[in-house]
Amino acid sequence: MTLNDPTTDALHSRSLRVRPYALTGGRTRSSTDLPLETIVRTTAHGASQLGRLTHERRRIADMGREPLAIAEISAHLHVPLGVARVLVGDMVTDGLLMTAQAPQTSPDARPDVSLLERVLHGLQSL
Amino acid sequence: MVFSRSDTSSAGRVVEDGKVPIPVKMIVAGGFAVGKTTFVTSLSEIEPLTTEANMTQVSEGIDDTGSATSKRGTTVAMDFGRISLGDDLILYLFGTPGQERFHFMWDDLVRGAIGAVVLVDTTRLQDCFPAVDYFERSGLPFVVAVNTFHGQLHHRLEDVREALAVPGHVPMVVTDARNREATKATLLELVQHALAQSR
Repeated sequence: MTLNDPTTDALHSRSLRVRPYALTGGRTRSSTDLPLETIVRTTAHGASQLGRLTHERRRIADMGREPLAIAEISAHLHVPLGVARVLVGDMVTDGLLMTAQAPQTSPDARPDVSLLERVLHGLQSL
Repeated sequence: MVFSRSDTSSAGRVVEDGKVPIPVKMIVAGGFAVGKTTFVTSLSEIEPLTTEANMTQVSEGIDDTGSATSKRGTTVAMDFGRISLGDDLILYLFGTPGQERFHFMWDDLVRGAIGAVVLVDTTRLQDCFPAVDYFERSGLPFVVAVNTFHGQLHHRLEDVREALAVPGHVPMVVTDARNREATKATLLELVQHALAQSR
């Protein structure tokens, strides 16, 4: 299995969130493809590469031991959101980070009923 | 859950995937100093963080015609907090300035959001007009929350609704940005409203 294989079940339609980087090698054009709330986590591969990564990448891989959003990475690194998106997008492409996005969305990208119900119950039990 | 699977193809060794929680987000919008950051702080499990969106970077992704790039160099700071809802769900609350000139970043913020809380200070009602306009146009579920700074509401809620010309189906609540129970109740109102709209 490869990261951007469009036939991969786990990726299906979401593969497009990463694919443009692989296609174009562009560093800014696809910078908004990852929503700012996208949660990333360092992969085992990423953790094993820590010592070989450049400074920013190492900091991100280090932070990603616990899941956190791109917006959080932007805040901790003191870089604009767009820059954090590019850094994270590249690291996802390289298999150093994995991402999660809300899969349960309606066609207009709003969270669907079952996800909203989970949020409702989660808030109620705070 | 959708996640990107990783494998080390060169070594032929598949790496175990960890668990990645699903993110959801809500927007807290309103005029300057209306209490957005206070609202976020009252519920967040972390000290609110600040991120900066650069106008040109954001607009490139939204509109390639470059119509917004003439305002090169504008950055907007956004305070945000995070609330874990169980092991597999994290709610992010983004506080964002309500002025019209910041709307370039709202398209990005609003995409995939559950909805928005428009925070209102009744002494400066007009400050929230752009936010109400924007959310009405975009179809994003939103609630109007009147922030009572000293636990006192000086106007009847229905008078505020009339002054803002907010349609009857939009929930209108009284909140206190400093009070966790009050802000939690406001978010619950928003989720219920979003649920009602999507059913």
